Amino acid sequence: MYLSTIDRPKTGGWKGVNATVFALGAVSLVTDVSSEMVTAVLPLYLVVGLQLSPAAYGVVDGVYTGATTLLRLVGGYLADRTTKRKAVAALGYGLSAVAKLGLLAAGTSTALLGAVITADRAGKGLRTAPRDALITLSTPAGDLGRAFGVHRAMDGIGAFIGPLVALAVLAAAAESFDAVFVTSFCVAALGVVILVVFVRDHRSAVPTSPVRPAAAAGLLRDKQVRRLVLAASVLGLATIGDGFVYLLLQKREGLAFGWFPLLAVGTSLVYLLLAAPLGALADRVGRLPVVLGGYGALIAVYLLIFGPLGGWPLVAAVLVLYGVFYAATDGVLMALAGPVLPEELRTTGIALIQSGQALAYLGSSVLFGLAWQFWGPETATRLAAVGVALALAATAALLGRRR
Amino acid sequence: MTAASTRARITVTAVAAVLLGGVAVGYTALSAPPEPDVESGAVTGPRVQVLTNGRLSAVSRTDPSGPREVTEERCDRAYTAGGTTACLRPVGALKAGELAVLGPGQRELVTVPLTGFPNRARVSASGRMVAWTLFVDGHSYAANGFSTATGILDLKTGTQVASLEEFTSSVDGRPVQAADRNYWGVTFSADDNRFYATMSTGGHRYLVEGDFAARTVKALADNVECPSLSPDGRRIAYKAAVGGDPQQGWRLSTMDLATREVTPLAETRSVDDQPTWLDENTIAYGVQRGDGVNDVWTVPADATGAPDVLAREANSPAPL
Repeated sequence: MYLSTIDRPKTGGWKGVNATVFALGAVSLVTDVSSEMVTAVLPLYLVVGLQLSPAAYGVVDGVYTGATTLLRLVGGYLADRTTKRKAVAALGYGLSAVAKLGLLAAGTSTALLGAVITADRAGKGLRTAPRDALITLSTPAGDLGRAFGVHRAMDGIGAFIGPLVALAVLAAAAESFDAVFVTSFCVAALGVVILVVFVRDHRSAVPTSPVRPAAAAGLLRDKQVRRLVLAASVLGLATIGDGFVYLLLQKREGLAFGWFPLLAVGTSLVYLLLAAPLGALADRVGRLPVVLGGYGALIAVYLLIFGPLGGWPLVAAVLVLYGVFYAATDGVLMALAGPVLPEELRTTGIALIQSGQALAYLGSSVLFGLAWQFWGPETATRLAAVGVALALAATAALLGRRR
Repeated sequence: MTAASTRARITVTAVAAVLLGGVAVGYTALSAPPEPDVESGAVTGPRVQVLTNGRLSAVSRTDPSGPREVTEERCDRAYTAGGTTACLRPVGALKAGELAVLGPGQRELVTVPLTGFPNRARVSASGRMVAWTLFVDGHSYAANGFSTATGILDLKTGTQVASLEEFTSSVDGRPVQAADRNYWGVTFSADDNRFYATMSTGGHRYLVEGDFAARTVKALADNVECPSLSPDGRRIAYKAAVGGDPQQGWRLSTMDLATREVTPLAETRSVDDQPTWLDENTIAYGVQRGDGVNDVWTVPADATGAPDVLAREANSPAPL
């Protein structure tokens, strides 16, 4: 069987996107408002509020990097073994909500702050795979692109609103950071309530013999799953990290540092506008071509950074293409993967793919940093573009192939 | 899903939203800033400038617990020397931060729009050179990292260096171009050209000597952060990471620039501040209490004596 044939089953159009997807989208929207509120003010809080030094930041910032990957896999496996995907997701959302209050309780202790931020990230790690599994299980295979598109668009709206809410709270509360954290907790708690009340769990019949760790490991013996994980990792390895892209853009254009958050906001805006239409396109023309097209946009981004354009056209082109890249790959890749994974191991499989991608992404940032240091940013970005092209070819070969 | 259960779900969610919204709005509304409980009044004799609840103020050197002269000028970090005040104005919720350079009588001479979070400020003894350090989110070699931007303004010529990263830097005579270079904590020498600062790269935090006119910096010693040059220009006070590891905290120390002899001071708590020389024998610095409020302390510059509180609920000390 060709993946492209699984890729294109009957489609029910937008009607295939059911209430569960919208409910999960609402949960993500509300949760993202909460988490982006904190993301927006955390540096301000650490430096101005707590007067931490750069080295102390490094500690706070470094503690959680990579620490949540294992938990993501454990969460995925637990969700499959118990088939209580909603419960595992709720645990993740709840943990992140409580972590917001932890920021208040941690006071000035760097160690406690690191622990609280780790708990917040751990919550995110726990919830992502069961949530995506619920989307795939509650949607007809032909409409997965639309479903993920709708979900990611709602998620993006939350990420867009969050910083604005944080600024409004700061303005209303005489710049009290505690008020931002309390508000963020309240918003996150509302997200948990919506999840509990509105999201219907997809409880498969509990298998007579529960899923064993060996079976989870056995996922990797399935050729198609192996190819998916491999493709996701290769693509992750070719992606260099938003920070680098925005930094290079800032250096090239001599933008004021203040543009940094706005570059990210610009990308999210394009992302949230295009996630649903590109998801629908993926359902119509096939998911693989859309994912490959997304990586094509990424190649263009890397080449443009030291390309012929300059000034505002450059900034606009890069942000639009970068948003296209995210809209065409993030949810669509999950829509591509979902149907390939056996239902009883769906969450574990999704966690596996996301972990592979995340770990590879971590590695790529290190590699790109080294390339930058040794050969300069211009050569490094051209190498990155070549890397994406190779990854794109490898992905096309891996996923477009006969079983 | 039946109609009744849908109504029940919506009711539960609406009640939760109202309750949680009430908590958030209530907490936000009640979050008024605490007003300073400090007696304001004229201060005579030798004075030290501090920030009291973020407002530029002065305390008496001889009677520091007496009244303070509190002004309306708000700064996150400030320093005054030679009649010039550098005030890093706070990043408002809806407004970017800026450097305000104030002349005598707090007349505003120049403002420089800055983006980032105020961390250090320093003015040369003559009042001509102004330096600042900000933390900049996302401006980093590694994604998600934090980094600093340190700039210098020459008030006489108007020359402004937005970031010391523009300067040519060297360690052990070899040029360093790593993108992970970060600078912070500038202190000026008496000639208004040479300066000292911290440069971090590759996990090291170097004391660097800079030449403003030549646009160069070179590393002199490792594990020196936030240097502050003594009035006679022969020693620096700084914070040294304990065991070379900032995670273990910092020990306030001085170094003789000629002999490189290091003297850890009698302050044994971890101090995360750029120290200030009140005179040849006294170092002042801020120490954060458990409740997050800073006090300004002093300690002798020669390892003798013991730390002493100069001004409670204050930071950013500078001799006037």
